[in-house]
Order: sequence, then structure tokens, then C-alpha cells
Amino acid sequence: MSGVSLGIAAWGLVTGVAMVKSGLSVPMALMMSLMVFGGSVQLAAIPLMMVGTPVWVIWATALCVNLRFVIFSAQWRPFFKRFPRWQRLSLGYFCADLNYVLFMKRFKEPRDDEGQVEYFIGGAMMNWSAWQIPSIVGIVLADVIPTHWGLGFAGVLALLGLTYSLLSDKATAFAAVVAAGAAVAAFALPFRLYIVVAIAAAVCVGLLIDGGGDAGQRVLARLRRRSIAPADGDARREEVVA
Amino acid sequence: MNAPLSGLEAFITIAGLTGITVLTRAFFLFSDRELVLPDWVRRGLRYAPLAALAAVVVPEVVMTHGQLIATWQDARLYAVLASTIYYFWRGGILGTIISGMLVLVPLKLVLGW
Repeated sequence: MSGVSLGIAAWGLVTGVAMVKSGLSVPMALMMSLMVFGGSVQLAAIPLMMVGTPVWVIWATALCVNLRFVIFSAQWRPFFKRFPRWQRLSLGYFCADLNYVLFMKRFKEPRDDEGQVEYFIGGAMMNWSAWQIPSIVGIVLADVIPTHWGLGFAGVLALLGLTYSLLSDKATAFAAVVAAGAAVAAFALPFRLYIVVAIAAAVCVGLLIDGGGDAGQRVLARLRRRSIAPADGDARREEVVA
Repeated sequence: MNAPLSGLEAFITIAGLTGITVLTRAFFLFSDRELVLPDWVRRGLRYAPLAALAAVVVPEVVMTHGQLIATWQDARLYAVLASTIYYFWRGGILGTIISGMLVLVPLKLVLGW
């Protein structure tokens, strides 16, 4: 936990500096850090905001960049199910990459006697501080913190380590390689849609690998049914992306 | 594509981004009803999280300004190589970050990669 926090902290610091250096005012940068609370979205949105990109384009981009959290949230659900909605949403707000990977490696299924939610809250607080404190330092001291030596890359390396720790077997590794290739190939798409393409490609390949059984045929059956009952088919398709 | 956003526009943009953070991170936590995912979606979920992270990380390593890098003289490649070797040799994310940075920083500062 503390190890990854170091990477998160370096990333937060650089993001704080980057926000102010790109021309965002200090109050706006503070607001962004404290409210949006997501490094990848902030770094994607700032350059767009600075060239006067229409707001809906910025939001569409943020949706694509954050798509992974939609997927994570499906896996969080069983663990948070017993809480009322507003508490679930509050917990959800803190579900960052780091918390997801560490939690899911540790707990395979929801249980009441393991202190799972306490573990999550502890981790979320640590992650929040590891991000926000350096980010605020970066915002305030943007002019004196040098970043040209590559400090921000520590964040990428932290995400790289998290990615490696999700590898469970050759099939998932292969799907990840497909995702990486698809992301690079589709990078030119607007709104960072390349992330959607990469996930879709990897899931398709994963289902094919698992295959053996009915996966491919059932997708095919659904696609065929789509031409007959479009509304139903559209709903199914959204599930693939989610 | 014209001038930077004004104060109010920036405020609205940031407020919307905050909504998107909540919307995406809590997407499947909204509903009170039982969430029954079709079997093939559940199997797809075995691949999707890893794919999503890979899709975020890899372009950060092999692309510059939207282009695949065409040179070997890029510090990031060697940093990731060092991190990868460390991770599969010893494990642990702290060491993974530090080993990569130990390679990245000299290459950037001394060789200007």
C-alpha cells in the first residue's frame, strides 16, 4: 500500500504543477483536485480546457477515460450491497485504481467477519491523502517544482505495477496485450474512444479464449436477434461496453 | 477551439467532471435492485479491468503527441523494461516504481532522452 502511494504521490504532485502551469487559476486547480479527484481525467481535461474545447467534448473524453471505473464498480457492488444508496455512492467516489487492485487481490468474496469495508475505508483515506496533499503542494508551489526530469512517470509506473498485479494467467495476459495494441492503433479516435475500443477488443478475445462453450455463439445469437428486436439488442450492446 | 475557458466555464466544466467521477465510479452502485449480469458479461469482467488499465498505461509509454514513437532513444522504454524485470523478479510495486525511476532519471538528465 505504502509502496504504491509513493507513485500516487509523485503523480499527484506533477498533476498539481501541470494544472497551474497550463494556465488554470490556483482556486480552480484546487477545486479540480479536491472535487474531480482523478489523475487520468484531470490530465486529459486540462489541455482541452486550455484551448477552449467545448464543454461536452471534455465531458465525453472524461467518460471514456473513466470507463474502467464503471467496470470496477460492477465488482465493488457485492461488497457494498448492504449499505443504503447514498453510502454506496460515497464509497464509490473513493474507488480509485489503487484501492480496486489491492482490495480485489485480498478479498475474493463478500464476508461480514473480515473487516472488508474497514479495510477499504482505510485504504481510501490513505489513497486520498497520498493524492491530495502532494497535489495541493504542486498547485501552490507550481513555479518552483521542477518536473522536467520525469517525476510524473512515477504515476505511470505505479499504474504499470497495478496492471501487472492483475495478471492472473496467460489468457488475461494475452487479452491485455490485445488491449494495448488496440489502444495504440485506435489512439487517433476523438474523446479517447480508444479506451473503449481496447476494452471491447480484449473482452471479445477473452470470451473467445474461454470459449470452448457457447460464448461466441451466444454473442452471435444476440447480434442476430438485434435485427429483429433493436431495443433489446441495444441494451445488450451497452452491457458489452460496460 | 479558441480562448481558454473563462472562470465560470471552468467552474461548470469542473463541476461536470466531478459528476462524471461519481457517475463512473459508482455506476453499478446506484440501483437498489438486484443486479443480475448475464453469464457472458461476468466472464468478460475477468478481462475488462486489466484491459482498461493496459489501455491507459501503454499509450503513456510508447506514444508522444499522439504518435507511436519511432526512436529507441526514449527513457520511458528502458524505465518500463527495468520496472518489468523487477516486478517479475521480486514483485512489489514500490520496487517496480523505484527501479524504473532509477533508469529514467539519468537517461533523461544526462542523455536528454
